[in-house]
Formats: sequence, C-alpha cells, structure tokens
Amino acid sequence: MTQLDEARIDPRTAMHLSEAAVSVELETPDMTLNIGPQHPSTHGVLRLVARVDGERVEEVEPVIGYMHRGYEKLAEVRTYAQTIALVNRIDWVSGFANEIPFVVAVERLTGIEPPDRAQYIRLILTEMARIASHLVFMSSYPLELGAATPLMHALRERERVLELIESVTGGRFHPNFNRVGGVKPVYGGGSSTKKQSQDLPAGFLQGTRDAMEKIMAITDDLDQLVTGNELIQARTVGVGVIPADRALEYGLSGPNLRASGVNFDLRKHEHILPYANFDFEIPLGSNGDCYDRYVVRNEEIRQSARIIQQAVDGIPAGPLQAKVPRILKVPVGETYVRAENPKGEMGYHVISQGGRIPYRVKIRSASFSNLSILPWILEGQLIPDLVAIMGSLDFVLGDVDR
Amino acid sequence: MTMTNRRPNISIPVKGLMRGLALTLKTLFTKPVTVNYPLVKEVPVPRARGVIALDPEACTVCMLCARECPDWCIYIEGHKEEVPPAKEGGRVRTRATLDRFDIDYALCMYCGICVEVCPFDALFWSPDYEYSEYDISEMLHDQNRLTDWLKTVPEPPPLET
Amino acid sequence: MELNFWLALLLKVALILGVMLPGALVIIFGELKISAHMQSRIGPYFAGGRFGWAQPLADGLKFMQKEDLVPAQADATVYKLAPYVVMMGTLATFVIIPFGPDLVAENLDLGVFYLLAVSSLSTLGVLMAGWSSGNKYSLIGGLRAAAQLIAYELPLVLAVVGVAIMAGTLSLNGIVEAQAEWRWFDVAPEWINIIPPYLILQGAGFAIFVTASLAELSRIPFDMPIAESELTMGYLTEYSGLRFTMFFLGEYAGMVAMSAVAATLFLGGYWLPFVSEDALNFLGPVVLLTKVGLLAFVFIWFRWTFPRLREDQLQSLAWKWLIPAALVNIVVTATVKVLV
Repeated sequence: MTQLDEARIDPRTAMHLSEAAVSVELETPDMTLNIGPQHPSTHGVLRLVARVDGERVEEVEPVIGYMHRGYEKLAEVRTYAQTIALVNRIDWVSGFANEIPFVVAVERLTGIEPPDRAQYIRLILTEMARIASHLVFMSSYPLELGAATPLMHALRERERVLELIESVTGGRFHPNFNRVGGVKPVYGGGSSTKKQSQDLPAGFLQGTRDAMEKIMAITDDLDQLVTGNELIQARTVGVGVIPADRALEYGLSGPNLRASGVNFDLRKHEHILPYANFDFEIPLGSNGDCYDRYVVRNEEIRQSARIIQQAVDGIPAGPLQAKVPRILKVPVGETYVRAENPKGEMGYHVISQGGRIPYRVKIRSASFSNLSILPWILEGQLIPDLVAIMGSLDFVLGDVDR
Repeated sequence: MTMTNRRPNISIPVKGLMRGLALTLKTLFTKPVTVNYPLVKEVPVPRARGVIALDPEACTVCMLCARECPDWCIYIEGHKEEVPPAKEGGRVRTRATLDRFDIDYALCMYCGICVEVCPFDALFWSPDYEYSEYDISEMLHDQNRLTDWLKTVPEPPPLET
Repeated sequence: MELNFWLALLLKVALILGVMLPGALVIIFGELKISAHMQSRIGPYFAGGRFGWAQPLADGLKFMQKEDLVPAQADATVYKLAPYVVMMGTLATFVIIPFGPDLVAENLDLGVFYLLAVSSLSTLGVLMAGWSSGNKYSLIGGLRAAAQLIAYELPLVLAVVGVAIMAGTLSLNGIVEAQAEWRWFDVAPEWINIIPPYLILQGAGFAIFVTASLAELSRIPFDMPIAESELTMGYLTEYSGLRFTMFFLGEYAGMVAMSAVAATLFLGGYWLPFVSEDALNFLGPVVLLTKVGLLAFVFIWFRWTFPRLREDQLQSLAWKWLIPAALVNIVVTATVKVLV
C-alpha cells in the first residue's frame, strides 16, 4: 500500500503538519489528486492538480495546453477566407459566433460595409449559436451534478437550432458562412444556380418562428426538471460565489460576469451587429453562485429567442454581399474587434501588412479568462463542489487552448 | 433585469422533485425523437455539406481549388492534350486533361472553399454522408468515386422570397 | 415428506440463482429501455431480434472477453476477492425471502435481523474494492461508501422496527401472514382489504426504508461512492472484465433483493387477497415479482430524474431527518399498538 507515500509529501505540507496539534501517529498528510486530462467532467482535456485533505480541496493548479492547435500561427499562413474556416473551430459549440468578430475586424480594415440583410442573417445565426451553446450547458451541467436526463432533453431541442443553421449554411457546427462584406453568396448547388445569388432557403423564416416557440417551451421544461429541483438547488445555491469585484479582477465575461450582477453585455455596448434595433433584456444574477450562473443562462436562451423572433419579422430584403474584389487585399493597419460570444467576450486583434494574408492574429477567447479564476474559487471547496463550480463556469477547452 | 425573483423557493421541499418526476414520466410515454439509424434514415437538408462531387467534364485543371484549400487535401494532376481542329484547316487547340483528382476526406474539414472558388462549376456539395471506412487510406476518394457522387447532388432548394 | 438434505440444498440454490440472475438481467434491460424512453431515445433495439431484449446478455458476453486487469499498485488478493464479497452479501439476502407460504429457502425466526446483518456485507466488499485498487479515486469512493453505510444502516433498521412491532414477529413469513390477516374495518366491503395495510399504516417507515435503500444500493440521488462525474467511477474505476460484471450484476441483484425485502415488509409480499393458500404457492412468486418490478421502476425513475447529493448533505439528511423521523415512527407505532 503506497497510497500516501511519505517520500512524496510536499515540504509545505510537512511544515504545516508539524505545526498542527495532532499526535504523530494520527497525522494525515494531504493527498495529491490528479484530475484529468482524461476525466469525465473536465470538458475535454483540462487537467487539475489538486492537493486534497480528505474531500476538501486545499489548492488547485490548472494545467492547460493539451488541446493547443496553434490557430494564431496557422492564421499567419492562410488567407482571410481560409482563416474564417479555422476560427469557427475555436469554440465548437457556438461555431457561428466565433466567425463574427474576425470578419468584422477584416471589414473594418478594408472599409467594406456589409448590406443590411447580411447583418440580420448574421445576427439571427449568432443568436442561434448562443442558444445552441447555452443548451449544451443546460444539458451538461445537470449531468455533472449527476442527473442524466436533462442532457437528452436539452440536446433534443438544440437539434432544432442546429438544423436551421444547417439548412442555411450547410454545416451544423462549423458553418463557415461569413465572408468579408457579407455572408456566403453562393453554395455548391446545381450549376445553373451557382451564378445567381443565393439566399435563405424557402421556409426558413417560418421554421425559425416555430422553432423559437419550442425553444421557449424547453426552457420551461428545464425549469421544471432542473431549476425547481430541490436537489439541484441544494447542490448549487451558495456554492462557488464569485463577488462582482472579484469577477472583474479575473477578467470574467459573459454570463459568468452577469451572474455576479455586473451589467456588461457587448451586444449593448459594441455595435458590430444591429442589436440596437431590438428589444431585449440582459438577465443579471445577484449572488454570483452556481445557481445564478445556471439561471442567467436559461433566461438568456429566452432573450435570444425573443431577439430572433423580432429579427425574423423585421428582416430587410436586399443583397447578401457587398462589392468585394475577387482577390481580397487588406490594406496596412491593425484593429481589435470584440463581440459577445455565448461564453463571454471574444476578440480578434488583426494586424495586416497588406496582401492576402494577415501578419498576426491575436485571439482573446472568453473561456481562457473565465478559467483563470479556478485556483481562487476552488480553494477550500469539496470535491463534489469542485465539479459543480467547474461546470458552472461553462468553458470549452478548444476555446481555452486555441 | 435582475433574476432575484427567480431565487429558489424551498417552502414545499418535495414540489420540485415531483414536477421533475412528472416530466420524465410524461416523456416515457411520448414518441422518441431518435430513429433506428441503419433501418430508418434521416434526410439531411439539401445544402448539407456531406461529400464533394466532381464533374470531370467541366474541370479545366486550373488548380484553384487545390490552392485555396486550407488544409491542402486536394491532389490534382493533368496534362495538355492537342485536340484536332474542329474543321479542316483550323488551328490545333490544346486542352487540359485531368489525370488525377483526389480528395483526402481524412484531412478535409468540409469548409466548402473549393466548391466556392471553382470558376467552372466542376465541384458540388452532396448531402450524402455514408462513406465511412475501416482503413484510413480508403478515405482518399479518386476521380471515379468523386464522379459517382454526382448522382446524389440534389436540386437546389427554392429560396425565401 | 422429508427431502434429502443435499437435494433440498441444491433446489434452494437453484431457486435463489433462478430468481436473482434473470431478475437482475430483466431489471438491467428495463433500466436501459426505460431510461432511453425517458430521454426521448429508443434504447437497445437490435440484440436478440425484437426490442433488443438480449442486450444485457450481449453486454455480459462483451465484458467476459475483456482482459482481467489487476493494477500493479493493487493489493491483489483483496482486489480479486471484493466482487465476490459484494455478490455474496446480495445473494445471502435472498435466502429468507418468502415467495409463497412454503416457497422459502429458509424461514428464520430472526429473519429481519439476519436480513439487516447480511445486507451490509456488500458494503464491506465495496470498501475492500476501494481500498485495494491502489487508485485515489477508488479510495475516496470506498471511504464514501463506508461513511454512507454508517449513516444509512440506522434509518433502515429503525424503519423496519415499526413493521416488526406491528406484526409482532421478526420472521418474514410471519410478517406476510400478519399482513394477510389484517382487516381494515369489520363493516367495510371486503375489497378494501386489497390495500396493503403497512403501506398506509407504516407509510413513513416505507418512505424512510426506500430512501435508505437507495443509499444502500448507491443509486442516484445517493450514488456518491460511484459518482461518475466526480470520481470517474469511484471504487469501480480499476475493475474490468468479469470482475466488473460481478459488481454490475451485484448492483442490480441488490436492487432485486432490496425491492423484494421492501415488498415483503410493506406491500404484503407474496400475499394476494381472496386466493387460497395452496394457490399462493404457485401465484406467490408472480405476485412478489410484480411488486419487485414496481419498486424497481421507482428506483429507475428516480435514477433518471434526480441529480446526486453531496456527501455531507447525505449525512445531514440521514442524521437530522431520517433517524429522528424513524424514531418518532417507532414511538407512535408502539404507543398505538399498546393502546389499541
């Protein structure tokens, strides 16, 4: 039995133990528990090295980088159009939303203004990506607390959204539908249609209206199954409280920040998509605990559905694509564009030295900053709460490592 | 909008549990949404990016698709061929002929850039998806196989007016 | 007629295995199918032709082909022994469960006492598995199981005391007969006696018993020793192949056993009103297994609706709510028994 090998005791622990007023026979050294990178609740390949005293976590050190794919470097040897196909793989549960800030950054550098209809389509699909992303959270979070059924219920409804995204863009997860100056004007159909400009497929708008009704219904179902469940409340209320000032210090963004009561949503503050035309509210939490983070996301689904309903009714006619030269050369310059991703603030700092290829792309992803609070918030928590808190921060490892 | 009004109300501690049980019981007696895949198949939407079909007659070996592909999974070889003049005394023309057109679907990331940049309508998306293989080398589809996919290319759907 | 001792023993073993193994397989299949439909899925469909009824068998066959791994850090003897201890504890429970007036392997006078003693044996096996695996997750899982045992054995025992007071016997056959002889009111129509008396009169005890047996079986909402999302699989983490199958079967056989005990104590066991005692020897097993199926459905239903509690919340639930409630139940039952 080498469960608690004395040779491996951390020197700090040894010091701590010598101070502790326990008899030498009963001393209980801390155990180092390696959680991940292959662990069911680390969302992929996050690794946590935890020093635990029984079930209590004394100290946690997150180890990231297992999924580093080098997007920033890849973007330096690919054209802007090719990079769009790459960036929607950063946070794969909301692929479409990842494309927006990058495309807008290139548009700002080139001075191309996309037409209104393209803006509306972008907005509708972004909100759909937000619903899809939040429904993944709605499904995976109860699973981390042990309830398996909300998983299938939420994923079943997410399928409606993904089907709509697929019917327009051709891809469920990786739409690659944005182009500099609008949205993709053609897709490979029959040869005769390829020349004429493409649009939304027939029935999309009505299908969206129907789907949004169903999405509203599933949020109520989830309220019934999860939010109102006393066991879920026992596990989440008051667990993992992040005060507002602490959240700001660690650079949290998105629903995690809003659950702490900070009214900060880039949809209201940055004008890269026409959100100003719509009436919607920013749900805010008051306590900043796991329960608030859950409820805020559930409410955001409803608000997104509201936005989509208004956008579908008010979508203007017109072209999908502004006039763009066949070979896109971006003038010298640099810009930083950020947008409200489902996970939080996502930004691209694009530097161009002229030509078809960016000189440098720096990606600011929400999950990376959201994860940075883990060592602080997990200190002194129980192992079950560790899982609950980690899940409530809703990070995707692709978004952390890039 | 502050969500304080949605704070838990634990006055009747079993109510939430009962409502959850009611929902799962209701779902137990509703029709499942999944299908028995090999027996029943869901039809993908016409625009779905399933597999790329090639029309070799239209291809002029311009290499645009191979160049624009972000992960360089298209392999093209061709040669120039002399075509006899169409009428007596005419000029001898040269025509590019395709020797090899392979797409490695093990590498392909289904971005659709090749279909988009093709200036001669030689590449098409088909929603067909049933081409998994036991051996990764079989994922390299050659010209004949790509041409076969042409049969599965659907008519483009009508547009929203 | 006195049967040969060895022949009788063989018959009893056959009876127990014949009920337990198919029972466990049926419940595994039921769990696969019910959970699927609760989640809008279809569940197993192909194995065995219609409705995928052979899926548990196919799973078992698959497990048998897996390598029987013993980790280098493991305490090999204890590690290998643990699944059998779990299985033995569960099997031993079946010995005293009456399937009919005469269909019982051993009618012990102290049946309830024996039952509560052997039902904790399987937790010992779990602790052995957790401790010997040489894995930190297994260790935490095993210790959680031990803590859970201490917290939940008490309400389980105390809930049964109420029944024992009412029936005036500790023999399971005696308890079933006591329920069969119960008459609600002399004036009421005869059909009202269909209602199992202890389900109503010992309702609090029944609720406590079911809650405690959920914890005893490590089922959600009390599956902290396994806790897939926290401890990967708890004490099962290192097990594979046949030994894992033993744990798996043991879990579901435990469900059959616990349901059978609860059905015997609170739902009248094999007893069916208006049926003669001779017929009950044939009908009894069917009646009991129907009740077992109903209870198992409830367990499955809970499993696929609820999340898991935290270990400290489980302890506070047990010590602050269930044990006091069970004690109050005993006091009330005893008082009424003496007065009426």
